[in-house]
Amino acid sequence: MNKQPRTLWTLAATLVAFTVVLAGCETTQLDEPTAAPVETRAAGGAGAGAAGGAGAAAAGTPQSGVTTVDLASQGAAGAGAATAAPSQRIVYFDFDSFVIKDEYKVMLDGHAKVLMANRGKRMAVEGHADERGSREYNLALGQKRAEAVARSLQLLGVGEQQIEAVSFGEERPAVQGSDEAAWAGNRRAELKDR
Amino acid sequence: MAESAALTRPWPRRRFLAALGAVAAVPAAAQFRVEIAGVGATQVPVVVADFRGEAVAGVALAAIVRADLQRSGLFRASPADQPLDETSRLDLGDWRSRGADAVVGGSVTRLADGRFDVRFRLWDAVRNQELLGQSKLVLGADLRLAAHRVADEIHEKLTGERGVYATRIAYVVRAGRRFTLHVTDADGEGGQVALASPEPIISPAWSPDGRRLAYVSFESQKAVVWVQDLGTGQRRMVASFRGSNSAPAWSPDGERLAVTLSQDGLSQIYTMPAAGGAPVRLMRSSGIDTEAVWAPDGRSLYFVSDRGGGPQVYRVAASGSPVERITFDGSYNVSPAISPDGSLLAYVTRRAGAFKLMTLELSGGSPQALTDTQHDESPSFAPNGRLLVYATRAQGSDVLMTTTLDGRIKTRLLSSGADMREPAWGPFGR
Repeated sequence: MNKQPRTLWTLAATLVAFTVVLAGCETTQLDEPTAAPVETRAAGGAGAGAAGGAGAAAAGTPQSGVTTVDLASQGAAGAGAATAAPSQRIVYFDFDSFVIKDEYKVMLDGHAKVLMANRGKRMAVEGHADERGSREYNLALGQKRAEAVARSLQLLGVGEQQIEAVSFGEERPAVQGSDEAAWAGNRRAELKDR
Repeated sequence: MAESAALTRPWPRRRFLAALGAVAAVPAAAQFRVEIAGVGATQVPVVVADFRGEAVAGVALAAIVRADLQRSGLFRASPADQPLDETSRLDLGDWRSRGADAVVGGSVTRLADGRFDVRFRLWDAVRNQELLGQSKLVLGADLRLAAHRVADEIHEKLTGERGVYATRIAYVVRAGRRFTLHVTDADGEGGQVALASPEPIISPAWSPDGRRLAYVSFESQKAVVWVQDLGTGQRRMVASFRGSNSAPAWSPDGERLAVTLSQDGLSQIYTMPAAGGAPVRLMRSSGIDTEAVWAPDGRSLYFVSDRGGGPQVYRVAASGSPVERITFDGSYNVSPAISPDGSLLAYVTRRAGAFKLMTLELSGGSPQALTDTQHDESPSFAPNGRLLVYATRAQGSDVLMTTTLDGRIKTRLLSSGADMREPAWGPFGR
């Protein structure tokens, strides 16, 4: 054997024991080159295996297993289709901006009137960002845009509970592509019926 | 291309089969390959003989071990030119004279109870001694895992550092309008699908015990945080408050999640029980706060805020104050990741229109760029702190890469053409 101090061996043994617990697979140290384990070809056989003696038969949970959840097969809701109302439903924003431009005031006024006439009606404002940068930060940017539109509707008299501001960040682009035109088309907030 | 071709078939009628097909297609389609070898790096030559019985077991154990060692950039692994197993008596002087610093021989045997006994021995040909001999009893489904654990043992014995070959990486694949959350071995193979959805999935985060993933799913037409048990597939909606719910991060003890909620009108950071429950606002700012990650000691969190104008990385004590700005170079610094020893920050900076993976010594230092790509995103540390996995763009698709901390050795997850993003490197355990 080698000349490592005993404490190191103890530490190594502890580490190995710890690993076994963590790993959930049984690991044992081979002392001397021994005979190879007996290969068992026949299935069945009540006799215990050549090595181990853990008793636990093939039962046990593989640690490599991942169970798939498929939402498509569970019939998850599709994209919310917009029904006809004030025809314009999208507010576009400048780069890194949350300011609603004047050209959208008339449109938002129209939506506010519909919502105020029907207090049971609910809408979602979905904010979006262009694809550049962090997905989570873009989600927050989209949220900030959606909140700006929701707030402007509330200032016009719409009830707070009628509007929910949510964000899709860069995840649901309206325009595919990686140029200024595509980015501008994706920096937006959309009004959707609930 | 095989996978995306399969997915362009009219699958709605056969969704379930398609999902199963995707699961089966991944292992053959994905593997991290060394892309850039370190210049002048010294690689330890290791001979790993094919394990006796591996043809019967149906898993090429030695090839997995060799590929693991090779991919680290630290070893040059080759097969033996003669049969060899853990019972062999070796003339180590002879192996040394033929250029091997270390030799590995092993076997795999199916036991009566259906499990497999994987045995191996590691010899040091330079010092002419045996270093390691082990037997691992595993289920057939865990043979790949056993091979990775053998590689980890060899790595640790030869380098003194823990290997990460038996760890897993989670990431998201987009193919058309189908989003899948994948979990693969750290070599990119053995991939399995944890979640398949017609709506986007982002921000997977591993529980410290390696058994659960928190993530953001848009399946209910808004961002909601879920926690899913990987083994059973059981999942629970943990944050579905008014507005958006996102950016989950586990506390080091696995008890709490940090999340970004917009329930109070601004994207702000909260902490809450990992099993779900009442969120507690961590602090108040007048801007966006998001992308929280806990420091490994649990005493502070790093996060991104635009409170000073553009987004920058900050640190806050777990109590909610004080808050301290960490990044100063440039006007856009996002997506912080902290090394397992707490000493190094990895993040993404925007520089002249490009998004670059950077590291910064938290004890004081200047930012270091690790890549020459233009669209780096989502860095995540390997649990031994020696590698980072990140997303970037190459040849028009979203790809995943790993890099050493000096940027010299990179591997790329070869894909079937589908876009891969949002990588998260899992912990040692599972």
